[in-house]
Amino acid sequence: MGKIVLKSVRKSFGDVHVIPSVDLTIENGEFVVFVGPSGCGKSTLLRLIAGLEDTSSGTIEIDGKDATALPPAKRGLAMVFQSYALYPHMTVRKNIMFPLKMAGMDIEAATKKADAAAKVLNLTSYMERKPGQLSGGQRQRVAIGRAIVREPAAFLFDEPLSNLDAALRGNMRLEITELHHTLKTTMIYVTHDQVEAMTMADKIVVLQAGNIEQVGSPLDLYNHPANVFVAGFIGSPRMNLLTGADAQAMGATTIGVRPEHMDISTSAGKWKGVVSVAELLGSDTFLHVNVEGHGSMTVRAGGDVNLRHGDTVYLSPQDGKVHRFGADGKAIA
Amino acid sequence: MARSTTTNSKVIVTIGAWLVGFLIFFPILWIFLMSFHTEGDAIKSPFAMLASPWTTEAYQAVQTQNSYGKFFMNSVVISVGSTVLALIIGIPAAWSMAFVPGKKTKDLLMWMLSTKMMPAVGVLIPMYLGFKVTGLLDTRTGLVAIGTLINLPIVIWMLYTYFKEIPGEILEAARMDGASLTSEIIHVLTPMALPGIASTLLLNVILSWNEAFWSLQLTTSDAAPLTQFIASFSAPEGLFYAKLSAASTMAIAPILIMGWFSQKQLVRGLTFGAVK
Repeated sequence: MGKIVLKSVRKSFGDVHVIPSVDLTIENGEFVVFVGPSGCGKSTLLRLIAGLEDTSSGTIEIDGKDATALPPAKRGLAMVFQSYALYPHMTVRKNIMFPLKMAGMDIEAATKKADAAAKVLNLTSYMERKPGQLSGGQRQRVAIGRAIVREPAAFLFDEPLSNLDAALRGNMRLEITELHHTLKTTMIYVTHDQVEAMTMADKIVVLQAGNIEQVGSPLDLYNHPANVFVAGFIGSPRMNLLTGADAQAMGATTIGVRPEHMDISTSAGKWKGVVSVAELLGSDTFLHVNVEGHGSMTVRAGGDVNLRHGDTVYLSPQDGKVHRFGADGKAIA
Repeated sequence: MARSTTTNSKVIVTIGAWLVGFLIFFPILWIFLMSFHTEGDAIKSPFAMLASPWTTEAYQAVQTQNSYGKFFMNSVVISVGSTVLALIIGIPAAWSMAFVPGKKTKDLLMWMLSTKMMPAVGVLIPMYLGFKVTGLLDTRTGLVAIGTLINLPIVIWMLYTYFKEIPGEILEAARMDGASLTSEIIHVLTPMALPGIASTLLLNVILSWNEAFWSLQLTTSDAAPLTQFIASFSAPEGLFYAKLSAASTMAIAPILIMGWFSQKQLVRGLTFGAVK
């Protein structure tokens, strides 16, 4: 079991209110991703759940029990850190066995469990090595192994992939998602990378300045962003946001069109512009177009589109794909 | 051209370094040389002394006059005892200052260091009277206690610097893994800071071994360490250079040998944090 409920959780450091007030329910077995720009309070929120920081007020319930005042060890959670936080003086086996040793498990049973975890994570041949002799990806797997053996109520991940190179990051992303399918344990994952959020989460929590901007499934957030911030943050390349007469004509203060929902033509369209940069990805081409009165807009076109720097193009939003936002930044239904 | 300049300056620097090293080492060398001559020869001019025959007479005299073993044991007990005790107090203290600092932590550290700036003689009378009342005069316990107090600021400062280098996330990981505060310090912090702790231990053993002021004031015979042993050969009249030199050589030999074998550890510990 691993249901986590936050009720009016606040955190202040002196006069700085990092988390003004958060209410959130994380269901048992869910993969929840906290996402937001640097300094939005997502890591602080995770550390509050872990018990590594004390809440200024509010309650944190884990499996129906008030855990607000419990020390980290008593919350039944396991955490994987950005820096892996392995014990450098212990071998991989001892690292993985450490939580079991702390729980007072006898060595034989602990060794068995550590070996089983190592098998799942392909670490069997590295058990006698020290963390310093492992690659980044292997270290991360050891950190995950150390978390698995505890059989926690929930796993907490604090930007675990940000120290890895792009290719390894993709692999580990997949491995963690598969692990979630196998273990079916609640996972809370903090990242600033919205691609990680979109691809891994059952539920995404978008945070800004310590406030929850929106909670929902990845496609929910993509198709129905609650406000301008979420619209701009979720989706890559980011949504084109326009203000002024064009927005007013549609009864909004701001309108948004995703790059993939923009039609491009060389003869006619709603907005005329000049291609400044064409990024060729093979499968897609991202065109950055300077549009008069609106600045730079991004369009996602097919990989075979033959447009280059300096070409004049016309852009039009696809029907029904324009997001409208009011003066308060909130979406207009 | 550039290369030859570099080589030349390297040669000059090397010669300079050897010269400075020799100057620092010279008094020890001279004591060593004097200890192998008769009292009469020891007071002769340096060249005359070196030309005179070598003898172990002074060592024999020192041994018959005073038992080296007792002083040596006292030195070991006092220097190791006070250092270990200071470490037992210092490790948790440095932990709290490094990982859960309060608003006054820096002030507290400065205050501790400032006690080292005070001349020891300033508190001699109250300390002496305190020792007298508690019956600690001329006891190993008393000397271990005062050695601990003298070492504590340095021990805490050194450990604090080493602990600051340890990433807090690792200790948090231990906490998440179910480690109590004691387990965290014993199983994670101490092994990780071992090079630092070892050099703190070595340095403080050396400082305690060489500490003379308090051991001369507060001991007479029972708890007297090697510093007393050396001092007992200094006399207001008569010849005592050779015997004093022999006693000094015997007193510094153990620590010199220990320092020689652990110099790698000492240097590593002292530069810990400076070079990553």
